[in-house]
Amino acid sequence: MAGTAVLRRLTWAIAEVVDRVGETPRVQSLTFDVPDWPGHLPGQHIDVRLTAEDGYRAQRSYSIATPADGTRVTITVERLEDGEVSSYLTDVLEISDRVELRGPIGGYFVWEPARGGPLGLIGGGSGVAPLMAMLRARVGAGSAVPVRMLCSWRMAEDVIYAAELAAIASEGDGISITHTLTRSAPEGWSGRRGRFDREALSQLTWPPAMEPLTYVCGPTGFVEVVASVLVELGHEPRRILTERFGPTGG
Amino acid sequence: MTSDSHVDGNALGGVLMEVFGREMTGARGRCASCGSVGPIGAMLVYRSAGDVMRCPTCGNVVVVVATIHERTRVHLAGMTWPETNQ
Repeated sequence: MAGTAVLRRLTWAIAEVVDRVGETPRVQSLTFDVPDWPGHLPGQHIDVRLTAEDGYRAQRSYSIATPADGTRVTITVERLEDGEVSSYLTDVLEISDRVELRGPIGGYFVWEPARGGPLGLIGGGSGVAPLMAMLRARVGAGSAVPVRMLCSWRMAEDVIYAAELAAIASEGDGISITHTLTRSAPEGWSGRRGRFDREALSQLTWPPAMEPLTYVCGPTGFVEVVASVLVELGHEPRRILTERFGPTGG
Repeated sequence: MTSDSHVDGNALGGVLMEVFGREMTGARGRCASCGSVGPIGAMLVYRSAGDVMRCPTCGNVVVVVATIHERTRVHLAGMTWPETNQ
């Protein structure tokens, strides 16, 4: 699959919305059916393009949140107050509507079970989406690669994929998942509070001596801090892969 | 340099695929200024009217991408020996 993806020309396809799931009040997962989709690797992204009647075009990149599944592609979109693309995708688009998209894109920030581990997945907010594709691929393949996943959210209401992450974590099976809330936590919150700082990361990530492969995705400031702390803790920089999505996602 | 405004080379995967006709974020390139070699996906990208890709080691401008009226141009301003895997 990777071989054909490399040689294929990147062209815009008309994709149809076939499913939509509200993850939180501001975040939705949209599933598209994309004719002739060649398959993809966890961590890859797509570009979505919208064209207004007057010809104005806007384009954004979204990580794919699911492993390869025929012609189905799922993205998770956070609605941003000034986001001309994200607000259209979350508020306007309905089942059977069509958009232009192209992909899969990216060959660097990707993981599949054959790459091994131990695997570290560290996400901030909707940066968890591509990590979810990796986690789902790991679970779906019945891989034995051990995983430590760390998710940082502002508030409990921001947690996406909550039920699925809880189910995966309760299975055990070599996967641990830690949530932290950085702004406020409700009574009875069993996860951590506060940012993933040096102390938290040294406790919760794989020891550098195990030569883990760590993927970090989130807002630029989050990724900067996490990646530089990991290097300070002794992680091999080449085994820390990052995907920053800027101060916003658009 | 390390402001909140930059993203990774991954973000240019689509436009580079348009120009080169293949996946480029896993391709490695050498910074013409400091000589460090790394994958394009790990370079730093500052997005504005055009996209400026900088070396993560020294900050040198390695690639500039501009799209105007649906035409995309890539200037390999400070990247030498871009190499790809077959």
